[in-house]
Amino acid sequence: MTEESAGGIAKKFLYVNRRAPYGSIYGLESLEVVLIGAAFEQDVSLAFLGDGVFQLTKGQDTKGLEVKNFSPTFRALEDYDVTKLYVEKEALEARGLSAADLVVPVEVVSAQRMAEIMEAQDVILSF
Amino acid sequence: MKFGILVNEGPYTHEASDTAYQFVRAALAKGHQIYRVFFYHDGVNNGTRLTVPPQDDRNIVKRWSELAAEHKLDLVVCIAAAQRRGLMDAAEAKRNGKDAHNLAPGFRISGLGQLIEAGIQADRLVVFGD
Repeated sequence: MTEESAGGIAKKFLYVNRRAPYGSIYGLESLEVVLIGAAFEQDVSLAFLGDGVFQLTKGQDTKGLEVKNFSPTFRALEDYDVTKLYVEKEALEARGLSAADLVVPVEVVSAQRMAEIMEAQDVILSF
Repeated sequence: MKFGILVNEGPYTHEASDTAYQFVRAALAKGHQIYRVFFYHDGVNNGTRLTVPPQDDRNIVKRWSELAAEHKLDLVVCIAAAQRRGLMDAAEAKRNGKDAHNLAPGFRISGLGQLIEAGIQADRLVVFGD
C-alpha cells in the first residue's frame, strides 16, 4: 500500500469525518490536522460519512451560534494538494442532499465503495 | 510491531483514555513498541497534573505518567487543542502570560505534525475516541 515518492515513502492517509460541523469540535479540529498534515507530502484523502456530510454544505451561517464558519476552508484544500474528497452516497441521500449542495467538488461513492477505499489506506484518522 | 496511539477523549467522561492505556500496557507486555501516544481534542485533558480523583478510583493522569516513566513513552499533547482547553507547561504559561501551568510529568506539548509523523513511522496508528 505504500509507494515511493520524491520525498521518500508516502503513506495513504484517510481522514474520516463522521460528525456535523458545529455540534462538537471534531470537524474543525479534524480539518486542522488535514492542513498541518498536508506539509508532510503524504497521499491524503478525506471521507465524509453520516452527519459528516453536513460539514460540506453550502450556505452555512454560524452567526447565531457565535462560532467560526469553517466551511470556506474546504475550498482552500486544493491549494494544499488535497483533492480526493469522498462523500458517502447513502449519507447524502438520507439527508436530502446531492453533490450540488456542497461547497467543493467531491466524488460521491457508495458505502460499499467507501469500504474499499478504507481498505486501501495505511492510516485512518477518524473524527 | 510499532504502534502509534491517538487518544481523542478526556479522562473519566469517556472510556477512550482507559482503553488506550490498557492497550498500550498490553502491547508493551507482548514486546511491541509504542512509538508515540498523541492526545488530541479533549484527550489533552489526560495531561493535567491537577486532577484529584476519589481515592477508590483509578488515577488516569498519574497512571499515564507512571507508564511513561517506566517505558520511556513519548506522551505528546497537541498544542492547539491544549491552548483552547487551558493546558500548558511552564514555557507555554510564560509565553502566554498565564500565572500557572498544569502539564503532568511525562507529557510534553507539541504540534500536530507529531501525530502525522507517528502515522508515518508506526506500523499501525490506533485511534481511541468516540
